Amino acid sequence: MGIDLPLIWAIIIGFGLMMYVVMDGFDLGIGILFPFVGDREDRDTMVNTVAPVWDGNETWLVLGGAAMLAAFPLAYSVILSALYLPIILMLAGLIWRGVAFEFRFKADEAHRPFWDKAFAWGSYIATFSQGVALGSFINGFEVSGGAYAGGALDWLTPFSLFTGLGLVVSYALLGSTWLVMKTEGTLQRRMKELARPVAIALLAIIIIVSLWTPLAHPDVADRWFALPNMIFFAPVPVLVLLVTFAILRTLRRGTAEAGPFVLALFMLFLGYSGLAISLWPNIIPPSISIWDAASPPESMGFTLVGALFIIPFILAYTAWSYYVFRGKVKAGEGYH
Amino acid sequence: MFALTALELARIQFGFTVSFHIIFPAITIGLASYLAVLEGLWLWKGQTVYRDLYHFWSKIFAVNFAMGVVSGLVMAYQFGTNWSYFSSFAGSITGPLLTYEVLTAFFLEAGFLGVALFGWNKVGPSLHFFATLMVALGTLISATWILGSNSWMQTPQGFEIVNGRVVPVDWMKVIFNPSFPYRLVHMTIAAYLATALFVGASGAWQVLRGHATPAVRTMLSMAMWMILIVAPIQILVGDQHGLNTLEHQPAKIAAIEGHWENTPGESVPLILFGVPDMTEEKTLYAIEIPYLGSLILTHDINGHIPGLKEFAPEDRPNSTVVFWTFRLMVGLGMLMLLLGLWSLWLRWRGSLYGEKLFLRFAIAMGPTGLIAILAGWLTTEMGRQPWVVYGVMRTRDAVSNHSALALSTSLVLFIVMYFAVFGTGVSYMLKLVAKGPEPFDDHPPHGKGQALRPSRPLSAAPDDIDPVVDLTGQKEA
Repeated sequence: MGIDLPLIWAIIIGFGLMMYVVMDGFDLGIGILFPFVGDREDRDTMVNTVAPVWDGNETWLVLGGAAMLAAFPLAYSVILSALYLPIILMLAGLIWRGVAFEFRFKADEAHRPFWDKAFAWGSYIATFSQGVALGSFINGFEVSGGAYAGGALDWLTPFSLFTGLGLVVSYALLGSTWLVMKTEGTLQRRMKELARPVAIALLAIIIIVSLWTPLAHPDVADRWFALPNMIFFAPVPVLVLLVTFAILRTLRRGTAEAGPFVLALFMLFLGYSGLAISLWPNIIPPSISIWDAASPPESMGFTLVGALFIIPFILAYTAWSYYVFRGKVKAGEGYH
Repeated sequence: MFALTALELARIQFGFTVSFHIIFPAITIGLASYLAVLEGLWLWKGQTVYRDLYHFWSKIFAVNFAMGVVSGLVMAYQFGTNWSYFSSFAGSITGPLLTYEVLTAFFLEAGFLGVALFGWNKVGPSLHFFATLMVALGTLISATWILGSNSWMQTPQGFEIVNGRVVPVDWMKVIFNPSFPYRLVHMTIAAYLATALFVGASGAWQVLRGHATPAVRTMLSMAMWMILIVAPIQILVGDQHGLNTLEHQPAKIAAIEGHWENTPGESVPLILFGVPDMTEEKTLYAIEIPYLGSLILTHDINGHIPGLKEFAPEDRPNSTVVFWTFRLMVGLGMLMLLLGLWSLWLRWRGSLYGEKLFLRFAIAMGPTGLIAILAGWLTTEMGRQPWVVYGVMRTRDAVSNHSALALSTSLVLFIVMYFAVFGTGVSYMLKLVAKGPEPFDDHPPHGKGQALRPSRPLSAAPDDIDPVVDLTGQKEA
């Protein structure tokens, strides 16, 4: 076997999940920002900036699940049964906010506030659960005999609750900077005001997680602080600092448009890389690697052919769809 | 709760979530193709009635699609959360099929949906039509992969078992397994039929309340043509599917027929009604038609089919349930056939829009396509029991190790949430349906439908319709 299929699949799934975090991140972020925007027209504008693209964004999450089942069935079954309750809560959150996209425009006056709340709450619950799942993933799972062997509430730790909060803040930053790019006038000003403290909070959270993880997991500490790794990985924290300052700077400038959003994406990407460095090559931390959990080469190879052929097309027409809906979304420019 | 085991709770949860889910994709498949046809006709003939219908149904499509996406998300993760042993055992086959579904179908639908729903004024007509076609194509591709996966679980082949897990050997055999073509055609037609019944019922309802605008007439007429053509085809396909099941899953057919044992020298009767009793091993209160069972199932007056007693008790599906779900499906199918024929008769007599009894019947038939789909799926899935992968893995070996408490908590959450969310969604869909098609305006001002008239673009052909005239004077829904 010349090709390292598990490695390629780990990269594809990693890419898919990153696309998810990046794309659904900003539209979940819009739900997270809802409570900070009272005006109804502004809320409509916020939703309209993502209405044409949100279900494409969510499809990356479905791809993550399906590809994991195809390439790493053991990881899929262990991780999902270990995270039973957070996953169910995440799905519940996504259901509420997903339908709220359509329902808040179709509902009568009396029910609109309800669907606005469902949109916000659903976004919070989905994001927080994803963050909790991320934290418990870092903490690792107890496995014996090819199945999850831990308890139903093992995921509930101070660390995972903290990463839950961390993800809410991350998505809030993506959401607010997205809106800086897509809106204008008072809504845009409001978002610029909001994005600054959010960016600072996110920096604080990244610092805490970066200290907490190696302290709690000696192997992660070895990974980062042993030489020569430390030199290779040093750019990651340095860049995080630089990017945060760049976000704050661009927000202060009157002309801030796409800059803060692009920088926020870069920041998320850095956090994501840090995570990958800490956990590599385990797909079920702390000890099951991508090679241990891999499905037979017949399955990986068959699916890879399609993935390599089709993913470029997906990226192309997704980009086209964003291009069609480019530019500022104006108040009252309802598609409904 | 009711002293249900974790296995039963997991099965109820799966059955509940998948049943809710399938309703939306079924309508999505049908409506996506319908929208493509409407837009094609609008571009071809330039009659505004098609454009107005397109915009009317695309709003309903949007609500339906959103519900399909979010309820489908649950399915993608439920295999892992609730059926982890199945996932680690057979994920090497179902996983790649699902991944192909996501790659080739879900992204296609979602990627072009935004343009199809919101891009009417943002891209040119042919590009917009292309987007609609891609959405419709996506729904059909999606059905193909998911039915490939399901059919493989029903009639598995093309694999071997190495170290306690499935290893695919021949993907062509895996995908084109014996029941796949029947299931795919049967389900796709079912989706078209269910949508036609839904569209037909809303058209009939508008006609009955005096809103027989050209758009309404067109949609009623199109739906009735569809039902007339497709219902008989579906019955033929169903018959072939039954023969295929008899060949590969004889226990399922025996359970469907409530057929326990053969009497030498006697034909198999068709049991019209009865109550199959799993413990007494017979079908109580049976009303039988002699010879007909042999004739339908073997296409031979003296043919025999295996009886349930030929299978060990632990290998038998629950006949009490599938006997009835099957009859419900077939009975509704016959009513659909009747509806189609009646519409043809009325059309010939020129009173398709005037016969009140017929219109009421069409309204009553509105949800029956979906009911028949649910009944059919219950039959085939419960008829597969006690296996999750037929003859290879038992359902009880597939379920995760969750406690009954964890499962009942999540089940209650799902039930409450699904009824609240999707109940509301369906009511919004029906509200949209009740509004009826309106003339579409490219630059809608804020105001009522009647006010749209003066600002309608000149390009809109004035000849074929004037629904505004019909709408004025009518009360708002």
